[in-house]
Amino acid sequence: MSEARPLSSRVITVPFILGVIVILLAGIFLLKRFIYGLGSVSGMNDGYPWGLWIAYDVNVGTAFACGGYAMAILIYIFNKGEYTPLLKPAILTSMLGYTLAAVSIFFDIGRYWNMFNIFMPWHMNFHSPMLEVAVCIASYVVVLWIEFSPVLVKNPGVRRMLKVEDIEEKLNKVLFIFVALGMLLPTMHQSSLGTLMILAGHKLSPLYWSKLLPLFFLICAIMMGYCIVIFETSVSGVAFKNTHEFKLLTKLSGVIPWLIGIFLIMRIQDINARGALSQIFKGDLPGNMFLIETFLLLIGLIILWKPENRTNVKKVFIAAFCVLLGAGLYRFDTYICGFNPGNGWHYFPTAPELIITFGVISVEILGYLYVVKRFPVLALPSKNK
Amino acid sequence: MSVSRRGFLKSVVGGSVALGAASLTKEAKASKKELPPDAVGILYDSNLCIGCQSCMVACKRANNMPVEHTGDQKTWDNPIDLSGKTLNIIKMYKKGDKFAFIKRQCMHCLEPACAAACPVTALHKDEKTGIVTYDPSACIGCRYCEVACPYDIPKFEWDSPFPQIRKCQLCNHLLEKGEYAACCAVCPTGASLFGPVEKLRKEAQRRMLMKPGEYYEFPVNHIESGKTRVHKAKPYINHIYGLDELGGSQCMILAGVEFDKLGLPDVRRQSYVSDLEGVSKGLYKYVVYPVAALGGLVYLVKKRGVHD
Ligand code: SF4
Ligand code: SF4
Ligand code: SF4
Repeated sequence: MSEARPLSSRVITVPFILGVIVILLAGIFLLKRFIYGLGSVSGMNDGYPWGLWIAYDVNVGTAFACGGYAMAILIYIFNKGEYTPLLKPAILTSMLGYTLAAVSIFFDIGRYWNMFNIFMPWHMNFHSPMLEVAVCIASYVVVLWIEFSPVLVKNPGVRRMLKVEDIEEKLNKVLFIFVALGMLLPTMHQSSLGTLMILAGHKLSPLYWSKLLPLFFLICAIMMGYCIVIFETSVSGVAFKNTHEFKLLTKLSGVIPWLIGIFLIMRIQDINARGALSQIFKGDLPGNMFLIETFLLLIGLIILWKPENRTNVKKVFIAAFCVLLGAGLYRFDTYICGFNPGNGWHYFPTAPELIITFGVISVEILGYLYVVKRFPVLALPSKNK
Repeated sequence: MSVSRRGFLKSVVGGSVALGAASLTKEAKASKKELPPDAVGILYDSNLCIGCQSCMVACKRANNMPVEHTGDQKTWDNPIDLSGKTLNIIKMYKKGDKFAFIKRQCMHCLEPACAAACPVTALHKDEKTGIVTYDPSACIGCRYCEVACPYDIPKFEWDSPFPQIRKCQLCNHLLEKGEYAACCAVCPTGASLFGPVEKLRKEAQRRMLMKPGEYYEFPVNHIESGKTRVHKAKPYINHIYGLDELGGSQCMILAGVEFDKLGLPDVRRQSYVSDLEGVSKGLYKYVVYPVAALGGLVYLVKKRGVHD
C-alpha cells in the first residue's frame, strides 16, 4: 500500500542555497527592468518583440506545466483511475509552472499597470487570441491553486492560518467544477498559444506557419504533459528513493508514441499541402530546427514504440526527455527561430534576460522541493508496512 | 462506446487533410474588403520623391516626437528605421548608379492585423475614416501588434519604464482641426499625397498608364487642393503596392524599383486576419462551444468522482 505524505527531509540544502542566489540575481535585474525599461535588460527589439520570456517561460514553460492537465484527461475522460497517484505531484508542477508563467508575463508586458484591462468587457477584443491566452492563463492559475488546495489544507499550519475547521469538506463539495475547468481552460489557451502565431503570417517560416497551429500546440502540450510526469516521477523517484510509481510509467508511456505519430504525420502532411517540403533541407535556421525537432521526437517514438522498452525506466526516461526537448523546441522555434521579420533584425537573449529566466526556473524547482517535503504530495510506501 | 485507436487516428489525420483542403479553396476566393465611407490615405510615389526628408521633420513636429540620434553625432535627427521615436522615415535604395527613395509609415490596412491582435482594443480602425489609431490608456504593452503587423510598423519604447506603442495615426489629431497629414502638407513634389482613398486609387491608376519621358501634371499635398506640379514621368513598376496586399490598405506606394528591393514584403492578397477569424470562429463559435464542453466535463467529473 501507499499513501501521500510529506517527505520529511531538510529543506535547506546546497542546491537550495544555489537556487536562492540565482533568484536574488534575477531580482536585481528585474528591478533594473522596472526602473530603466525592457531594453535595459533584454535583447528584444522592434523586429523580435518577443524573446526568451514569451517563447520559453510562457510557451515552453506552460507546456511543461501541462502534466496536471494531461493526467486529468487520462483519469477523467478516459476513466483511468489507476493513474491517480501521479495526479497530485503533476498538479503541483502545473501550479508552480503556470504561476511563474503568469509572473513572467507580468514583467514582460510593457504596461503592466494596465493589465486589468484584459478583464474589462469594454476593452476586450474577442477576436484576439491574446485575450483568450491572457484570460485563460490567469483563471487557470486560480483553478490550479484551488485544485491543489486540499493538499495545502492538510498541513496543520495552513489550517490554523485559515481558521476554517471544515475547509476540507467545503472544498470537496465544489472541487468538481474546478477539476472540469482544469481540463477546459488548458485546452483553450494551449491551442490559442498556437493560434497567436497565425497572425505572424509571412514573417513565420512556412515550416512553422500553419492554420493548424492551434492543433499542433495542443497536441504538443498534451504530449509534453505526459512526458513531464514521466520525467518528474523518475527523477523524484531516484532522488527521494521512491521507486514505487515506476510501474505506472510503463503504462503511461504507451500513450506517447501515438501522440508523436499523429503530430508528425499531420505536421508533415500540412507542410506538404502548402508545398513547402523543400524548405526542410534548405540548410537555414528554420529548416535545421525542424530537422532537430523531428529527430528528437522520432527517437522518442522509436524507443517507446516497442512495449519491452517501456518496462525499462531508463529507456522511458530518455524517450521522455527527447520528446520534451523536441516538442519544447517546436514551440520555441515557432516563436523565435522560425520567425524572421526581415530587414536585418536579429535577436539573441542577453545575460540578464537569461538569468531572469533561470531565476524563474529556480523558483519552480525550489518551490517543488519545499512543497513535497512539507505537504502530502508524493505517494510513498506506507510507513506501517 | 470505445472508439478503436486506429479509427481514431484515421479520423484525426483525415480531419487534418480535409481542413487543409478546405483552407486552400477558401484562399482562392479571397474577397476584397470594402473601404470605410470616409476612408483617407496617402499615395506615396517613389518616382517623385527627392529624398529631402521634409516629411520626416514635419511628422516629428506634428506629433511631438523626439529627435533620434544614430551613431556618434548628437546634433541631427538621423534615424535609420522606424522606432519608438520615429513614425515616418525616408530610406534610400542604392545599387550602382540606380537609386530610389521609399517612405515607410503605417499603411492603415483595411484588415489591420495589429488591431485584430490587440487584446484590449488599444489599436482600433475608425469606422468612418478607416484610420488605425492607438489608445495608450488601454494598451498593456504585450507587443502582439508588433508581431502581427506584416509591415513591421508599430514600435515600442524599449528604453522607457512607462513605454508606449508608437505608430503613424495618419495625423488623426490634425484632421479634427480641419488639417491633414503633416508629411503630405509639406511635401514639395507631390510624392506624398493625401486624400480620399477612392481618388488616390484613381490617381495611382492614371500614373500606371503614363508614358515615360512625357510631361504630366501631378497633384500636390492634398489631392483635392487643386495644386499641381508638372513632372516628367519616369517608368513605373506595373503594380500599386497596397491595393491588394493582404486585403488592401489605405496607403499605397508606387515605385520604379521592385518593391521587395525597397524593403516591402512580397505578400499574398488574402489577409492573415481572415485566417485567424476562420480558425477562431470555427473553434469557438463565440462562447457556445466552450460552455458546452464545460458542461460535458462537469458531468464526467461528477460521474467519475474527484480523485485525489
Ligand atoms: S500597417 Fe501594420 S500597424 Fe498599420 S494598420 Fe496595417 S497592421 Fe496595423
Ligand atoms: S502592445 Fe498594446 S497596442 Fe499592441 S497589441 Fe499589446 S495591448 Fe495592443
Ligand atoms: S500621416 Fe502624420 S504621423 Fe503619419 S507619417 Fe505623415 S506626418 Fe507622420
